[in-house]
Amino acid sequence: METKAFQKIYTKVTQITKATCTLQASGIGYEEMATVNGRLAQVVKINGDNVTLQIFSGTEGIPTNAEVIFLGRPPVLKVGEELAGRFFNAYGQPIDGGPEVEGEEREIGGPSVNPVRRKQPSELIATGIAGIDLNNTLVTGQKIPFFADPDQPFNQVMAMVALRAKADKIILGGMGLTNDDYLYYKNVFDNAGALDRIISFVNTTENPPVERLLVPDMALTAAEYFAYDKKETVLVLLTDMTLYADALSIVSNRMDQIPSKDSMPGSLYSDLAKIYEKAVQFPEGGSITIIAVTTLSGGDITHAIPDNTGYITEGQLFLRRDSDIGKVIVDPFRSLSRLKQLVIGKQTRKDHPQVMNAAVRLYADASNAKTKLENGFDLTDYDVRTMNFAREYSNDLLAIDVNIDTTMMLDKAWELFGKHFSKAEVGIKQEFVDLYWPA
Amino acid sequence: MEKNKLTTGKVAGIIANLVIVDVDGPVSQNEICYINLGGVRLMAEVIKVLGTKAYTQVFESTRGLKIGESVDFMGHMLEVTLGPGILSRNFDGLQNDLDKMEGTFLKRGEYTAPINVDQEWPFTPLAKAGDSVMAGDWLGEVKENWIGHKIMVPFKFEGKYTVKSVKAGGTYKASDTIAVLTDRDGREVNVSMVQKWPVKVPIKAYTDKPRPFRLMETGVRIIDTMNPIVEGGTGFVPGPFGSGKTVLQHALSKQAEADLIIVAACGERANEVVEIFTEFPELDDPRTGRKLMERTTIIANTSNMPVAAREASVYTAMTLGEYYRSMGLKVLLLADSTSRWAQALREMSNRMEELPGPDAFPMDLPAIISSFYARAGYVYLNNGSTGSITFIGTVSPAGGNLKEPVTESTKKAARCFFALSQQRADSKRYPAVDPIDSYSKYLEYPELQEYLAENISPEWLANVLETKNLLLRGKEAYEQINILGDDGVPIDYHLRYWKSEVIDFVILQQDAFDKIDASTPIERQKDMLGKVLEVCRTGFDFESFEEVNPYFKRVINVFKQMNYSLYQSGDFKKYEAELDAIIKERKAA
Ligand SMILES: Nc1ncnc2c1ncn2[C@@H]1O[C@H](COP(=O)(O)OP(=O)(O)OP(=O)(O)O)[C@@H](O)[C@H]1O
Ligand SMILES: [Mg+2]
Repeated sequence: METKAFQKIYTKVTQITKATCTLQASGIGYEEMATVNGRLAQVVKINGDNVTLQIFSGTEGIPTNAEVIFLGRPPVLKVGEELAGRFFNAYGQPIDGGPEVEGEEREIGGPSVNPVRRKQPSELIATGIAGIDLNNTLVTGQKIPFFADPDQPFNQVMAMVALRAKADKIILGGMGLTNDDYLYYKNVFDNAGALDRIISFVNTTENPPVERLLVPDMALTAAEYFAYDKKETVLVLLTDMTLYADALSIVSNRMDQIPSKDSMPGSLYSDLAKIYEKAVQFPEGGSITIIAVTTLSGGDITHAIPDNTGYITEGQLFLRRDSDIGKVIVDPFRSLSRLKQLVIGKQTRKDHPQVMNAAVRLYADASNAKTKLENGFDLTDYDVRTMNFAREYSNDLLAIDVNIDTTMMLDKAWELFGKHFSKAEVGIKQEFVDLYWPA
Repeated sequence: MEKNKLTTGKVAGIIANLVIVDVDGPVSQNEICYINLGGVRLMAEVIKVLGTKAYTQVFESTRGLKIGESVDFMGHMLEVTLGPGILSRNFDGLQNDLDKMEGTFLKRGEYTAPINVDQEWPFTPLAKAGDSVMAGDWLGEVKENWIGHKIMVPFKFEGKYTVKSVKAGGTYKASDTIAVLTDRDGREVNVSMVQKWPVKVPIKAYTDKPRPFRLMETGVRIIDTMNPIVEGGTGFVPGPFGSGKTVLQHALSKQAEADLIIVAACGERANEVVEIFTEFPELDDPRTGRKLMERTTIIANTSNMPVAAREASVYTAMTLGEYYRSMGLKVLLLADSTSRWAQALREMSNRMEELPGPDAFPMDLPAIISSFYARAGYVYLNNGSTGSITFIGTVSPAGGNLKEPVTESTKKAARCFFALSQQRADSKRYPAVDPIDSYSKYLEYPELQEYLAENISPEWLANVLETKNLLLRGKEAYEQINILGDDGVPIDYHLRYWKSEVIDFVILQQDAFDKIDASTPIERQKDMLGKVLEVCRTGFDFESFEEVNPYFKRVINVFKQMNYSLYQSGDFKKYEAELDAIIKERKAA
């Protein structure tokens, strides 16, 4: 980056909109950072001499004679070991009262990993939660969101997963986090004695929404430092990506772009992919795993935000309250981990894939039986057995409060099969039935 | 070529990857230019011209670009380099060799040579002095992996040429002159093993493009048996996220009876490409006994790579396909996902403030899609041999709703429709191809019907249609049972439903991750369909509907064990006997 001997101050803003201001300036780089009366801004359009800046905290009160200073560089984060244990805002400035971090300046939102320099993800992440480990096994280098309505306890589950995942570093990117949730994360990590492995970039509901746009790139730049430079296992938590996407739509709307579905910008897929694709397993050992939260409205996954997310991530974990057992479960129908086949039956017991599929199939039969019952029809003996199975399966395996290892999960599943069904009804390969069918 | 002085220009405007350039001379639509950014050269393509302003889409990030930077126009469109050494490589959307790039992270402006022109190849001449030739005619051959790679008269050559000389058999570098041709006016031109071609222009070095008629075996039962694809055919796989598009495409790339496979990873996940180049070098190609990677070429423009290059990537892939088709080869081209390509078009069109069509896609989207699919096909080459490109693209409809522009436009262009259903995916009925909605138009082609009758059996088509009908009747019975209740319908309804379930579980469902079940040769498909139909045609005695479900569960279970067993192995025969016994138990007298 070239450094400037002196900084020119511009004071003639020619146009102001809700999100941007325009002025005449020359020698400005695209995506360069600037300050407008002290507020951080970024170049989003250059047309001849006219430079348009997006002001992150909004343009309220910006006068036509505002002082504009160009910083001569894109947004950066200073990276170093000192990041560990620290809390920052969306601009990467400390909010924990500690000193500025000294370190190497890195551009955020930097280039992508060459696909041929990636390694296929292969390390299983155990969480103890059977709804995840049994049915939707996670792997390092994976990117996967929780899909949940705002009233689901996704922040709790995510914190639990993060702590059990045995990562060298946990990086929290909070977007539109309520102050209470922010403090919740801080407490949980503190109580677990994990604060020294945590790095947080937080935009709370008290901060301007557009600032959120910087959070994922900040978090992932820090993640790349630890995963690539330091070869560490890094877990990145992004919550809530729906609020991130909302901020994107605010900006594109204010810049008069043609919206596509659900008033989201047409580039939503690419915008989200750029973030999620930072998840990677490096051949040299480091990895970045991204676990995100995408809140839904009324469970609607066809909305543009969850829809585009689902097309990008490697599966999704769907949280839902099961009224039959009164607990929150990881829904086996809508949830999916696409990388699970890389580890299940290989790093876990051989019967894992078949047991998992059989259980979900039987659970589906139960849900058909339930529909029958609701429509006022008589249930067959099989229907009744599937429903009994489903209740126990849900309570003993799908509920998020389960914490056992994978072998115990498999044993539990066989126990339930044996209790409720005949071998033919379960339909698992004979070799496994011979080995594990309960006596 | 004839332009004596190349046009230059200066950057006048920047909005993301749309860069407006003031030019000092003539430019053409789709011309390639390089924009200077502090010593780095960013490749871009002209997509609109207004007076002296050229609107270009840059294939890289424009971060840091400034007004006034210089731009050099190249006088040609986006081109690929064609020659031996393309197979088994991993290219990006612009045909840069990804393995040759340095460092872990992609650097802007780093362009690497697609093929090594200094590599030596053992050459055998196929033409001789005095032959009259034209574009696409074979002059000689080199061995590339196991393929006889034809060295052809460059596609850009117009009209007739006479061969003046061809090198004798021997080892030559790709860049060496291997033949000298003379044009009508007696001018001599040297031909090497390497040529270039603009990706957006179809290669038309063939005499005829008949309707395709030969079955292309894929080992996937729901395709081969139920909705067959043909050599030179087109198909598409729409489906909501997670419904199995990529798994299905990977299965095709592993198993299909093609000479070579070109996979365009277009705006999808990098890990899925990694899967291919991790696994394919290890997997055997049963047809040749060599590694699968030897017949596979990857064009990777993953979702985090530059958006404009995504559009280029599908054209790059198609052009490579056309090149190999001209050698008389059977090419299978797979693109995952064509929706990402359409979205790239949409992003650009919006940035240029064009009048948007439905869902903000460009107005000419249907035309773009149909002319792309039209490049596939079965052809007769100038010398009478045949070659084909079979193209199967995936479509990722927003919200899983098939009433959207990309799906609708593709449906008009492609002849096979493999619709993945959310419901089937949710209940893990993989591959989740909807048996009722999906179709293969080729099944209606008399050419294919004849081929099937000759190569599988005379009754095959009738059996397939009967199977489809049984599925439909099963579905109707199921709906009736749901409306009227289990005991509100005659037992026959339960039978009908369960017979369709047998077809579903045994023929339609297939475990892509099981060594044996993953791929079913057509001989075995024929056998299994025969057995399943035998069960479906059998009359059964049941006292009450409650006996039907457990009985057919047993039938299905044994059938599935057969699917998991090596064909005609001891286990297979054991289960077959078991099945016969179960059928006898209930068979109506
Ligand atoms: N034939 C199959 N056999 C077993 N499992 C399958 C099969 N097809 C798909 N699956 C399961 O479904 C998951 C999702 O499949 P896939 O990645 O192909 O979906 P997709 O349609 O390509 O989704 P996206 O649009 O998001 O890319 C797989 O990871 C696998 O678990
Ligand atoms: Mg896919």
